[in-house]
Amino acid sequence: MQLITCPWCGPREEIEFSYGGQAGVAYPEHPASLTDEQWAHFVFFRDNPKGPFAERWSHNAGCRRWFTAVRDTRTYRFLSSPTSNPELTS
Amino acid sequence: MSRVDGYGRIDRSRTVTVTVDGTAYTGHPGDTVASVLLAHGARPQNSSVKYGRPRGIGAAWTEDPVGLVQVEEPFPEPMLLAATVEATDGLVVRGVAGQGRLAEVPDTARYDRKHTHCDVLVVGAGPAGLVAARAAARAGRSVVLVDDRSAAGGTLTGTETIDGRPSLEFVADTVAELAALGVVHLQRTTAFGHYDDGFVLALERRGESARTRQRVHRIRAGRVVVAAGAIERPIAFEDNDRPGVVLAASARDLLHRHGVLAGREVVVFTSDDAAYAAAADLADAGASVRVLDARERAPQAGRRRCEERGVPVETGTLVHGTRGEDRVTAAVVGPDRREVPCDLLLVSGGWNPAAHLASHVGGSLVYDPVIGAFRPAELPPGVTVVGAANGTFALADVLREAGGPEAPVAPAQEWPEPTLVLWRTPGDPARQFVDIARDATVADVERAVGAGMSHPEHVKRYTTIGTAHDQGKTSGIIALGIIAELTGRPIQEVGTTTARPPYTPVAFAALAGRERGDLFDPVRTTALHAWHVAAGAEFEDVGQWQRARHYPRAGEDMTAAVLRECAAVRTSVGIMDASTLGKIDVRGPDAPVLLDRLYTNLMSSLKVGRVRYGVMCGNDGMVFDDGTVLRLAEDRYLVTTTTGNAAAVLDRMEEWLQTEWPDLRVRLTSVTEQWSIAAVAGPRSRDVIGAVFPGVDVSAEAFGFTTWQDTSLDGVPVRLARISFSGELAFEVTVSSPYAPALWERLVEAGAPYGITPYGTETMHVLRAEKGYPIIGQDTDGTVSPHDLGMAWAVSTKKDDFVGKRSYARAENRNPLRKQLVSLLPTDGATKLPEGSQIVAHCDDGRLPPAPVPMLGHVTSSYHSAALARPFALALVKGGRERLGEVVHVPVGDELVAARIGESVLVDPEGARRDG
Repeated sequence: MQLITCPWCGPREEIEFSYGGQAGVAYPEHPASLTDEQWAHFVFFRDNPKGPFAERWSHNAGCRRWFTAVRDTRTYRFLSSPTSNPELTS
Repeated sequence: MSRVDGYGRIDRSRTVTVTVDGTAYTGHPGDTVASVLLAHGARPQNSSVKYGRPRGIGAAWTEDPVGLVQVEEPFPEPMLLAATVEATDGLVVRGVAGQGRLAEVPDTARYDRKHTHCDVLVVGAGPAGLVAARAAARAGRSVVLVDDRSAAGGTLTGTETIDGRPSLEFVADTVAELAALGVVHLQRTTAFGHYDDGFVLALERRGESARTRQRVHRIRAGRVVVAAGAIERPIAFEDNDRPGVVLAASARDLLHRHGVLAGREVVVFTSDDAAYAAAADLADAGASVRVLDARERAPQAGRRRCEERGVPVETGTLVHGTRGEDRVTAAVVGPDRREVPCDLLLVSGGWNPAAHLASHVGGSLVYDPVIGAFRPAELPPGVTVVGAANGTFALADVLREAGGPEAPVAPAQEWPEPTLVLWRTPGDPARQFVDIARDATVADVERAVGAGMSHPEHVKRYTTIGTAHDQGKTSGIIALGIIAELTGRPIQEVGTTTARPPYTPVAFAALAGRERGDLFDPVRTTALHAWHVAAGAEFEDVGQWQRARHYPRAGEDMTAAVLRECAAVRTSVGIMDASTLGKIDVRGPDAPVLLDRLYTNLMSSLKVGRVRYGVMCGNDGMVFDDGTVLRLAEDRYLVTTTTGNAAAVLDRMEEWLQTEWPDLRVRLTSVTEQWSIAAVAGPRSRDVIGAVFPGVDVSAEAFGFTTWQDTSLDGVPVRLARISFSGELAFEVTVSSPYAPALWERLVEAGAPYGITPYGTETMHVLRAEKGYPIIGQDTDGTVSPHDLGMAWAVSTKKDDFVGKRSYARAENRNPLRKQLVSLLPTDGATKLPEGSQIVAHCDDGRLPPAPVPMLGHVTSSYHSAALARPFALALVKGGRERLGEVVHVPVGDELVAARIGESVLVDPEGARRDG
């Protein structure tokens, strides 16, 4: 069980966190203008790289805040010290 | 008796009696079942799993592949090693014939867990671990030291010298110093699993007299030092499974720990120097010993020690087999198969580093031809391996490696002779046991390799080598060596299997700890729970909540009770505890914007003082949850969720708010437990509410449907809302939870003239189903849209966007063959269709057509209805709304039950009852 560094709480046990999938998949600005295929890609399709992967995590059993972290999918190791959502810290 | 005076760290002033296979044996505190048996020249009556061959004690600790016993008293436990079970008074064990037996009585002992954080965790309290712990503690680190045996010292016997003193004095002084430095030092504690970032699980055996039988320590360490020692390697030869064949160092261990001489006439077969110490010590203790060294040259020091004791040493000599019935009587030696009589055949083929804990976290191993074993190579950050676990075997080197600048010193080893790496001797492969625990022989490995398997992971699975209780602690490396030999490859190319936790077997009870029985999962009860219990409610679990399901009266089963409760609500008045509904306080100037984006319908247009039913979907447009939304103020809403989905809804709302719309000024707070809700439903509910709250005008004109009002009762704030989940005139009465019992009593009292009837969730389910109201998660399964539920009215067409909206524009969402929620009325008027039943097209002959039979849908809810005086069901049916009036068939057991599809609302479709 890894220690995951919450940007607000510091290192905490992995079981306190929940996984939120790929980071940086923005909600489309105009969903209505998308084709069904484009919309399906937004809803269902995610990258699955071997190596560094930017992911969303939530410190669900702690401060309950979301953050983005880069993790290596080959080793499971977190590569970056997780960064907060800048809007949240302001 | 084979107990030797002057040896062993047992308490000879006290005796314990252990019963093995019906015979009582005396031993001493400090003994194990194995040492007690060997002290009496006995063995457990166990036999091997496949061939039923006799099995004895093969080693003095966890590496023993054979000495299994079944503990009967004080509590039944299967498949423990006699060598690891401490002898306690009254212990009763039996030998194991192949397999153990689980307890058939509940385990009343307590198991628990403890969390520990430290700078440095040292695993192993042998010389390496002790000096590593000492160095870390002296440097001011917080240190935890765990060791699986009953006392510190590892393989030190007391015959060695450290810093010019007998080694066990050094051990005692070091243990005292560690205690003084505040080191958490746990003996009888096995580090059995090592995980990421210095997380180690360790099992502490606290004994029967302790309040907790076993404790799992969950240790998070900044640095993990693996000083777990090494495991002696056997050599395979014919009939090497025979009782009396024992690892050389184990015999020495038995002598020095327990004062037990495991044999009188001893042959030591070795390809390594360490076994000479066993030969010398056993000779000193009175045994007649002969050394057979596979190497051409014996080590000088070892030979000299043997000569001093009159122990003959033959070099270049191999043991080919054994003789004996249920124990060894002779070693078969050399190509001429000369028989050398013995009652104990000690074997040593060298040592394998016990680096398992480093492998658990991905540490790599490299084959070292000098020691004939794999040793740790690359280690994850924060992990170090020292001493024998690192392949460093000489005491002087171990202390230097583990002890840092202040390392103690020991005399250097005199002229060591290189280990001869020897996996097996010439002989019949079918009688050379590789994994004695599994009855797997060299012939089995040959078969695996012959069948095309060359990787050890494949051979392991084919032969089961390494899969027994000992996980191949002694057999694994032999198997690798023999695979290398058979495939003609160097062993480093053959590779290894992967060591995984647990290092030694761990009882499920220990892993479960206190999380079993009532403590397995938290139980949530409402503020009104005691009332429900007193009223004789039957409860059901909804998530972690316990909810009153119905309130049977004497002689009633659930069907009868629910029919009575339903009738009461439809004809007079009932009261239900709705406190478990999830409640989320949504507050902030942008709260209307957030809710408009999350719900399919408009919430910004909801006026203060009003209530609106809302549906929440995912991006895929499928229904995720539903509930009512109360607008409390311009910037504040109270959202309710289904009971089981409360946490998930809050999570999802937070996710959208934080990750997609962080600009919105909204805060979300769960208030589920703060507010209790009594639902008062039925045509007489207005009378009840009016009686309890005389200051409130409860008339339909003044208090309309889907509105709420705040009032108070004896100074306690109360919220009343006209919300109905039954179609009847109904009020939800909300109060701060501590006041809920008092309020409930007042409502029940005021309802007495009308026969107010408490009703449970089962009744609530029937009442809502009669009205076609779906239960999310029962009538839906994540593939159902609001339109499928007939709730297009709840999907706004005015909003530019909301979560799920784009998905409704997909062609598939307009597919007329999508499954839609409808009612099903069995045409016989009597059959209650089982929930989950499949629905098929009408079959004219009343028999199923040949498979595959096209499925039209399935029954989602099914009940007896008091209002309809018949059973009915809700179902998801392909193109259901186009099929109204059609008859379909539902297979129930071997029967086909005909049922007619109808509108989902069966009771009061015009909604005339909701205003009373």
